[in-house]
This record gives sequence, C-alpha cells and structure tokens, in this order.
Amino acid sequence: MTFNGWGVWALYRFEMARFGRTVFGSLVTPVITTALYFVVFGSAIGGRMEEVGGVPYGAFIVPGLVMLSVFTQSIFNGSFGIYFPKFTGTIYEILSAPLSPLETVTAYVGAAATKSLIVGLMTLATATLFVPLQVQHPLAMIGFLVLISVTFSLFGFIIGLVSNSFEQLQFIPMLVVTPLTFLGGAFYSIDMLPPAWRTVTLFNPVVYLIDGFRWAFYGLSDVGVGVSAGAMIAFFLICLSIVGWMFKTGYRLKN
Amino acid sequence: MPPVIDIQGVTKTYKGGHQALKTVDLQIGKGEIFALLGPNGAGKTTLISIICGIVTPSTGTVIADGHDILKDYRQARMKIGLVPQELTTDAFETVMATVTFSRGLFGRPPNPGFVEKVLKDLSLWEKRNDKIMTLSGGMKRRVMIAKALSHEPDILFLDEPTAGVDVELRRDMWELVRQLRERGVTIILTTHYIEEAEEMADRVGVILKGELILVEEKTALMTKLGKKTLTLNLQDPLTALPPELSDWDLTLKADGHELEYVFDSNAERTGVPSLLRRLSDLGIAFKDLNTRQSSLEDIFVSLVHRDTPPASAGAVQ
Ligand SMILES: Nc1ncnc2c1ncn2[C@@H]1O[C@H](COP(=O)(O)OP(=O)(O)OP(=O)(O)O)[C@@H](O)[C@H]1O
Ligand SMILES: [Mg+2]
Repeated sequence: MTFNGWGVWALYRFEMARFGRTVFGSLVTPVITTALYFVVFGSAIGGRMEEVGGVPYGAFIVPGLVMLSVFTQSIFNGSFGIYFPKFTGTIYEILSAPLSPLETVTAYVGAAATKSLIVGLMTLATATLFVPLQVQHPLAMIGFLVLISVTFSLFGFIIGLVSNSFEQLQFIPMLVVTPLTFLGGAFYSIDMLPPAWRTVTLFNPVVYLIDGFRWAFYGLSDVGVGVSAGAMIAFFLICLSIVGWMFKTGYRLKN
Repeated sequence: MPPVIDIQGVTKTYKGGHQALKTVDLQIGKGEIFALLGPNGAGKTTLISIICGIVTPSTGTVIADGHDILKDYRQARMKIGLVPQELTTDAFETVMATVTFSRGLFGRPPNPGFVEKVLKDLSLWEKRNDKIMTLSGGMKRRVMIAKALSHEPDILFLDEPTAGVDVELRRDMWELVRQLRERGVTIILTTHYIEEAEEMADRVGVILKGELILVEEKTALMTKLGKKTLTLNLQDPLTALPPELSDWDLTLKADGHELEYVFDSNAERTGVPSLLRRLSDLGIAFKDLNTRQSSLEDIFVSLVHRDTPPASAGAVQ
C-alpha cells in the first residue's frame, strides 16, 4: 500500500459527519452574520458612500464578507478538528493508524476546507439577497476561494497542533486574525486611507487576499492580482512546510 | 520461526528527563499470549505505545511481523490493533459508525459482514445505533475492543483490559482472547493482576521501573508465586539458628525476635507441622504466628533486591 485511500476517506467522512451534526449552527450563523453586516454596513454606511471605484458600496463589501467567513471558519474547523481528538485522547487511534503525515493532513484539512467552502458559498448566496452581484472572473473566484480555504484550514491545523488549551485555541483567531481581517480592506478600499496608513496596510497579508478576491468579482485591484495570487501561494507553502516539519518531529503529537 | 514481535534495545526518556524504559529486549512468538505485569508507572503503557507508534522510542528498534515500526510503519501498523488503557471514545458517534471508521482508518475496504460479526462477538449488535456516550463503561470498553479488531489485526495489544470491568465482562474478555488465539492472533496484554496472567497467558514478563526484569513461562512463574511465608514472633530472641533447624529454610528477622519460614503452599508436605513440633521440642516458644501468601509485590521486591543480573529476557520458546 502506498497511499491509504480508505484511511483518508474514513477520516474525511468522520470530520464531515461532525459538521453534519451541527449543520444548522454551522450554516445559520454565517447567514445571520452576513445579513447583519448588510444592515449595518450596507444600509447605514453605504447610504452615504454610494460607490467605490464604480461599484456600489453594498456590492463592494461582499468579497470581504465572504473572505471574513471563510477565514474564520477555516481556522475554527482546522484547529478544532485536530485539537478535539488531542483533548479527548482519541488521537491515539490516528497516531497508531497506518497513515502518513501527508494523508492525515489531507483528511483533516480537506474536511475543514470543504466546510468553510460551503459556508463561504452560503455567505455569498445570502449576499445576493441584498445586492446584485457580478463575478467577472468566476474561475479565479473559485480558485481563490479554494486556495484560501485550504491555506487557512492549514493555518488552523497548526494552531490546533500548538494549542494546549481551549483558551490558546481561541487566542490566535481572536487576537490576530479578526483585527487583521477588519483592517485588511474588507470594508474599504485601501486607496481611501491616508498615505501613511496605506503603507502600513501593505504589511497586512490579509489585504492581498481580500484584494485578489475582490478583483475576481469586479476587476478592481489595489495591489495587483498577480501580487495577490503570489501572496496566497506563498502563505499556503509556508503553512504546508510548517505542518510538514511538525509531523516530522512529532511536535506536540507524540512524546 | 522468527518472532512476530522483536524488540531490540528499546529505551525511552520522556521530555523532562524521566527515563520510562531502560534497554528493553523482548521477542514474542506468533500466536503467543504474552502478559506484561508491573506496578503503576513501570513502563508497560510506554512500551506498548512505542510498538503502536504513539510514542517515539529514544533508541532501539522494533520489528512487527517483519516490518520495522518506524521505517515500514504502514505495513507494521496495519497488522496491529490496540485497546488503550484509557477509555477514550467519540461520545457523539454511534457504535456502528465508530467501528466502521476504525476499519477504514487502518486501510481496509468496507466489510459490513465482518463488522457485524465483531459487534455480535462482543454483544454490541443490539447497541449498534446507540451513541457511545449513552453506553456504560463496560460497554465502552467493548466498543474500544471492537474498534481494535475491526481491521482484522494479527497482533493485538490490550492495555489493562479488565481494569474497572465486572466479572461477566472479564470472563467474556478471557473467552475472546481464547478465540482470537485459535485464529492465530498474537496477544500482548498488561495487567496488575497475577490471576489474570494465570488465566490467559502463555508467558509472563515482569517490568519494574522501566526494566524487564523477568520473562518466564507462566507455569514456572506460578510455582514461584505459590510460595507462602510463615512468621513466628518469638518469646525470647535467638542469636543464631540452632543447627537442629537446618532442615528448614529459615531466616532470623528483627534482631532475632522473628523467625521466618518460606514454603511452597502447593507442595504435598509444607514442613510447617514438623517445624512447629521441632521448635516445641527445642523449647523455643512463640507469642504469635501468621502466614502470608507471597504477592506479586513480594516477587517484585525479591527480584529487585536480587544481586544477580536480570534473567535472560526474551527467548521465544
Ligand atoms: N507523556 C509522558 N511524559 C512524561 N512522563 C511520562 C509520560 N507518560 C508516562 N510517563 C512516565 O513514564 C513512566 C511509565 O509510565 P507508563 O504509563 O508506561 O506506566 P505503566 O506501567 O503503564 O503504569 P500503569 O500501570 O499505571 O498504567 C511513569 O513514571 C510515567 O509518569
Ligand atoms: Mg499503563
């Protein structure tokens, strides 16, 4: 046996089943959140802002909103998926199974990414109820969505591996990711910022992701789509190497 | 016939510096039932965890069914089933789902017929659609055994299978072990109870403070364990053993206040009545007496205090 396909499938299905049991919460929450964003940002602020780069403000914030829910979901699913068996002790079975590190990551991260992809599409579907949407580059849109789901699920997986408590599990998403996302141009174009802040913003990796994703919708880009795509791939490779190194050394999984 | 498990020079030092295993060498034959005995913290779980891939050995090699557990981990692990000491289950899963999951995880294609048989063998079939959290502790243990057997392993590890288990389940467990043995499955179990080893094992290994201090056929060990100790509290202390008592294996303890006699309780003649008669002939009076079965603990203690190096561990019979 060179690839434990049955094993990956079993682990993937297991993770998806957990999602299935909580499907109501998993899908209703993003829908309600999105609706709230539209009420607050779309109507309240959008009423005064009209257009950004020729796109109505309500429509302008959609890619950012989708990214926001994809980030949050990916990190949550990715970290929880591996942290939970560590916490309950059922990890013993995964560790004693004939699975390579790559196969284990494929199953966990695949399941986490699938879930966040579903949630992302749900968010998008909700948005269409509020604003007319156009997607200029649908293939790029899907491509970015998949790449970002996988990358952030990997990132979540790392958090789950490193964490030794539920507090730690929530610490990074709360303290790092949410602010970076809000300051990452989800709700504004970075052109709207004063020049000094614009420079600072360019150090925020999330800016590149949201910017590239928005380009797929409206062809609008602050930093250039090539730069965005490059940043996404780079972040993906970084996460992948970290996970690879962790498994190789048995980091936090094996004694 | 080569051993099905070959452990060579395995040591384990945990992070933080605690040495849980000192150079373990052990060979286990195919189809054998091997009991690993030892007090809490001896290193039984550590040794099992190393073979199953949960703990990385600090040094040494383990070959399972011809496959190195580190280099050839896929082939090795497919052959191995593990029932861990702790009851850890996915509370929200059903019995059926979790057993089917385990089978897939170990690389086996679905086989509902086999899963059904495993569940029936373990009296879990009625509970197959119940969530695990609704089961009793004993039932959960059965589920963990079913998971370990779901991929048809040739080698099964049972880490304290009967801890917290009632008499009935214990008997079922022994029965299961016998059935598995008939199918040629090699079984390694750990236990604190000598009776359990007596009931099930072909061979017994005693592990103490990370050292495998003895590996012996069960029958040989049982003879040793059949020993009893008679202690006599003497009226007047003795300075030395009178030569008239040289027929008995006696020791003076507590500054000559106690006379200790170790005898084989299974033997036809224990030598106790004749000893008491001889003492009375010699006018050695005693205030009190008691006899005590040598416990596993005594065996451990006597083994540890023995100056000779550990008995040659490991030869496959
Ligand atoms: N993850 C760990 N980190 C550090 N030390 C550990 C770890 N796991 C076990 N130990 C130590 O290693 C020693 C052996 O533990 P082990 O669990 O192998 O014992 P055991 O023989 O299975 O005991 P028991 O009968 O209580 O199950 C103990 O001193 C234990 O404290
Ligand atoms: Mg143990």
